[in-house]
Amino acid sequence: MGANLFTNYGEAVAMILFGIGFGNLLLQPNLIKKIIGLNIMDTAIYLFLAEKGYIRGRVAPIVVDGVQSMEAYINPIPSGLVLTGIVVSVSVSALMLALTIRLYKRYQTLDLDEISSRLKKEGL
Amino acid sequence: MDIIRNFPCISIMLCLFAGIISSGLRDKAAMWISTILLTINIALSACTLAYTLFIGEPFVYVMGKFPAPWGNEIRAGILEALLAFFFCVIMLLSLFGGRHKLPDEVEEDKTYLYYVLSDLLLSSLLALVYTNDMFTAYVFVEINTISACGLIMIRQNGRTIEAAVRYMIMSLLGSGLLLLGLCMLYDLTGHLLMSNIKESVALLAANGEYNVPLVVAIVLMSVGLCIKSALFPFHAWLPDAYGYSTVSSAAILSSLVSKGYIFLLIKIIYRVIGFRIYHDSRIIDILFLFGLMGMIFGSLSAIKENDVRRMIAFSSVAQIGYIYMGFGMGTQEGMTASIFHILSHAATKSLLFVAAIGLTDVSGGSRKFIELTGSGYRNKWAGVAFTVGSLSMVGVPLFSGFISKLLFSQAAVLNHTKMLPALIVLGISTILNAIYFMKTVIRIYTPLNNCAYTSVTFKDISLYAMVLVAFIVLNVMLGISSQPVVDMIQQGLTMFA
Repeated sequence: MGANLFTNYGEAVAMILFGIGFGNLLLQPNLIKKIIGLNIMDTAIYLFLAEKGYIRGRVAPIVVDGVQSMEAYINPIPSGLVLTGIVVSVSVSALMLALTIRLYKRYQTLDLDEISSRLKKEGL
Repeated sequence: MDIIRNFPCISIMLCLFAGIISSGLRDKAAMWISTILLTINIALSACTLAYTLFIGEPFVYVMGKFPAPWGNEIRAGILEALLAFFFCVIMLLSLFGGRHKLPDEVEEDKTYLYYVLSDLLLSSLLALVYTNDMFTAYVFVEINTISACGLIMIRQNGRTIEAAVRYMIMSLLGSGLLLLGLCMLYDLTGHLLMSNIKESVALLAANGEYNVPLVVAIVLMSVGLCIKSALFPFHAWLPDAYGYSTVSSAAILSSLVSKGYIFLLIKIIYRVIGFRIYHDSRIIDILFLFGLMGMIFGSLSAIKENDVRRMIAFSSVAQIGYIYMGFGMGTQEGMTASIFHILSHAATKSLLFVAAIGLTDVSGGSRKFIELTGSGYRNKWAGVAFTVGSLSMVGVPLFSGFISKLLFSQAAVLNHTKMLPALIVLGISTILNAIYFMKTVIRIYTPLNNCAYTSVTFKDISLYAMVLVAFIVLNVMLGISSQPVVDMIQQGLTMFA
């Protein structure tokens, strides 16, 4: 068990980062820190995917010198998934930041709990 | 006839293009495009449904030129086509039902954005229903989240923006977990297409390899989708998001968006993991437990609520609990009941939201119960519709809610270990439902004695009234002639596995 953990240290780090990001997104009251947490969480998944797709001693599947053998290349699909995932997480972060700007303009604070309590007081 | 095989793909593409084109048009044109799009989609999915019923087996549409293990696929069976058809109908009715309120709720010259968002939402819902590829499903889950968030915050006030932020946060947590589970599953099996994953998972389970990672992947995906569909402990964002957004948004969010995620979970259970393996992983008992808790706590929160729209929103929490309870039974009957409840809840909850707006409009715009007194006389159409919706939610015969409760109880009786808790909670929840819905119905039909009321005429609200009538007809039809629908669901489920 411990030995496996050491050989797969990349995946282990990815999981720890995922936990950090998840905790931040869930628990931080500050909206900017929440968005940072979101990005850490997503990046951790990309690290996990990249780590899974990589095979030691092989290169990206770009045929330049006529090598056609499958043994020479890494699995390209996880890299493709990472690219798609990055596009998704960029758009989501942009939307979150836009919402944060709207809330800040209205309430002059980034603290979500304070905004909620103020909304309750307004009784809207 | 073979041209019908292209219809699922065409309907998704049409929605995406309609969204893009509408973003450059004026409000009125965007509205017409959205209406035409929905009508076409209803026709296309009806054709697909008829075709799958006719050939009696699902068909696969290959996207691009690459065959099965590499390319992307769309798969349509009876269940998929039925849900797509139903989603389009409910969406059309919900958009019509809230149209007269849209100018008040959305900033001027921005209503075209509303239709852009609803077109995109429909595309993502259809893609979730039809896709056969896990990663495509993830991408469309995110599109669904973004457009749903837009639908919440397009009505600009502090409440909705805060609700949208909370909704986004919970959704992102859910989709993060879903993505991680998906990556682990890809890592274990080496496939992204559902049918290929299922074969590999069956092989892994038979050899007893990678048991723990497989269970972890299943748990991550299930929890992610539970968070996104607002199962009981994760429902904190829901009342604000449904309670303060525009009326069409509330109807669409409660009846369609959460159902899209639930359907994806059904797909994962049947088509990705396999029902047997999912059942043996014991997570089904956890879903059952939280479903039962949601049924009770959702109803209790609804009883305490003093705002009619938030009350209906909390009732959604209870209804989502019903659906997960059906999953938790771990039998074919329970699943059939859950899918029927998806349809019946979609038809009823959108009706309630649309009817509630008519009642609050004639009560000076207030949503407090005390102001609603006698509003059933001031707007007769909305009063009748709200009563029908309430009776259906409580589970009175003739209406669709009765059939789903009947199916749930039948499924519970067939499952010996879970029969007692399921039936007891079903009984308690029905009583609680009756308390808060009947309280509202009595309130809106209590006459105000000191002042004369003026009731709105059909001419003022002709479109709104017609939508309500259509909703009522849909509800009663699901209630009276439920057997064909149940048969279709059962056929679809066998086709699904």
